[in-house]
Amino acid sequence: MLRLILRRVLVAIPTLILVSMIVFMLQKILPGDPVLTLAGEERDPAVLDYLRDKYHLDDPLPVQYGAWVLQVAQGDLGKSLRTDVPVSTLIGQKLPVTLQLSVMAMFFAVLVGIPMGIVAAVRKGTVVEMGANVAALSGMSIPNFWLGIILIMVVSVQWQLLPASGYVPPSQDFWLSIKTLLMPSLVLSTAIAAYLMRHTRSAMLEALGADYVRTARAKGVSPRQVVLRHALRNALMPIVTLVTLLFGELLAGAVLTEQVFTIPGFGKLIVDAVFNRDYAVVQGVVLCVAVGFIVMNLLADILYILVNPRLRHA
Amino acid sequence: MSAHTATVPAVPPRSGNRAWAKFRRNRVALLGALIVLVFVAMALFAPLLASHDPFQTSFMTIRKAPSASFWLGTDELGRDIYSRLLFGARASLMAGLVSVVIALIVGVPFGLAAGYFGGWTDSIISRATEALLAIPFLILAIALAAFLGPSLTNAMIAIGVSAAPKFIRLTRGQVLAVKNEDYVQSARALGASDLRIIVRHVLPNVMPPLIVQATITIATAIIAEASLSFLGLGLQPPNPSWGSMLNTAKNFMTQAPWMSIFPGSAIFLAVLGFNLLGDGLRDALDPRQEK
Repeated sequence: MLRLILRRVLVAIPTLILVSMIVFMLQKILPGDPVLTLAGEERDPAVLDYLRDKYHLDDPLPVQYGAWVLQVAQGDLGKSLRTDVPVSTLIGQKLPVTLQLSVMAMFFAVLVGIPMGIVAAVRKGTVVEMGANVAALSGMSIPNFWLGIILIMVVSVQWQLLPASGYVPPSQDFWLSIKTLLMPSLVLSTAIAAYLMRHTRSAMLEALGADYVRTARAKGVSPRQVVLRHALRNALMPIVTLVTLLFGELLAGAVLTEQVFTIPGFGKLIVDAVFNRDYAVVQGVVLCVAVGFIVMNLLADILYILVNPRLRHA
Repeated sequence: MSAHTATVPAVPPRSGNRAWAKFRRNRVALLGALIVLVFVAMALFAPLLASHDPFQTSFMTIRKAPSASFWLGTDELGRDIYSRLLFGARASLMAGLVSVVIALIVGVPFGLAAGYFGGWTDSIISRATEALLAIPFLILAIALAAFLGPSLTNAMIAIGVSAAPKFIRLTRGQVLAVKNEDYVQSARALGASDLRIIVRHVLPNVMPPLIVQATITIATAIIAEASLSFLGLGLQPPNPSWGSMLNTAKNFMTQAPWMSIFPGSAIFLAVLGFNLLGDGLRDALDPRQEK
């Protein structure tokens, strides 16, 4: 088992290197002289020469990449061209906000999606299954920024139930923090819930048709026990992996949700950076998200090896 | 199905007819096809169907509620929302279609090469695919659109490139599945070239899941284009696009709710149409793949 895990970790390394190359190449597709972009408003030749030297811009591409990777490996993602704040500091400030939003969204998605998938599989061919399918397809098709706008119009403006925007850290006021993120996280959860429902449904259908379920039924195990203990436990395994992988999707969806609800998180950071042409920040955020995703992916696979008895004893 | 019929090639002759018959019986899929057709008609005949010039601003008609003269109301510059929605369908459908074509052009050859040749080719392509898949689709598209500069063309390139890894992975998997089938082996035994084997024998068997994936990716691409436009990274004003209409509408949520309701419903319905169609095609063409 240890060897299996070690091999999985080793496979992640080339992926990490390639991701860093892709993120590095992003700045190379920028039109114009990168020094002028890096310098922002500054046009003093001495400063430009300094920057050219610092980022090895006169050196061949592999040398530039090597210098950049060395910096990044030391946690130096460069500085924001606008505010001069280190990119790592900015990410450190905004990441907790988006993580809270994503965790809450995942909580709702799991709470709704998995039971809906189970029920849809058990009640196959009934109105219940059709309803669940329609709901899932709608959840996948609704643009979450639009759903956000509609919810603000109804819940915040008409009914005045929940705040329409903003963010309160949980350390300051826990319940208010949950309350402000309630609507955004529900909006963010729709697509993920739909996805989870569809996967749970097909995994359950497969499990319910398996031999061990038939055996359990033949032995006279109660239908409830068959579904929950025999089928669900086997069906849930790939779903657990899926949940970890879907965090990446959540981070992407958070970009739009944060924009609609004006939440000062990761998404707002990257969008503002895009509009300020603050390329160092864009690069830093993309790299951070990608590395996070690779690590999650790795953890998911290791978790899978750990919970799967067949692999545990391999 | 008895045990030995399972060994026939993945796509037996005339399976197209059977798939079509299956598709025709699927009412939900037909509904999807109908929705898609309506939007295609809207986009094609926008100039004929529009009641107003979509660019015509008027200070006399700013943010008017839906009425007989402006069926879906007007926006913050007095432009007719119904007419802008029709022309917006052009941007959305084109973005969906063109980005998927880009994704196919980039993805399929790499997937075929990785699956067919294996070895180093496969390792390099697969690692690169994994690396690209590690960056969430929309974040990659936003970053690319940001670095390329905001425009509809760049948004389509960004979405297409971001969607390509999924096609590489799908194609590769399908090729691996059919590579050792008897008909491929016998073609090779008869001395067919790699190119001929790939084009004549492998590609046709890879097509059904690709068609399904392409249809569903159109839905994803439409949402992605709307998202980029909503963020201001897509089609630039004053050109109408559903996403950018929503972007301005969010500033007038209380004063002019119709400005948000209609463009959002259009995105929702168009995406739903392609998703229903994709599901139906999957059931008809690719019964093994459940999702």
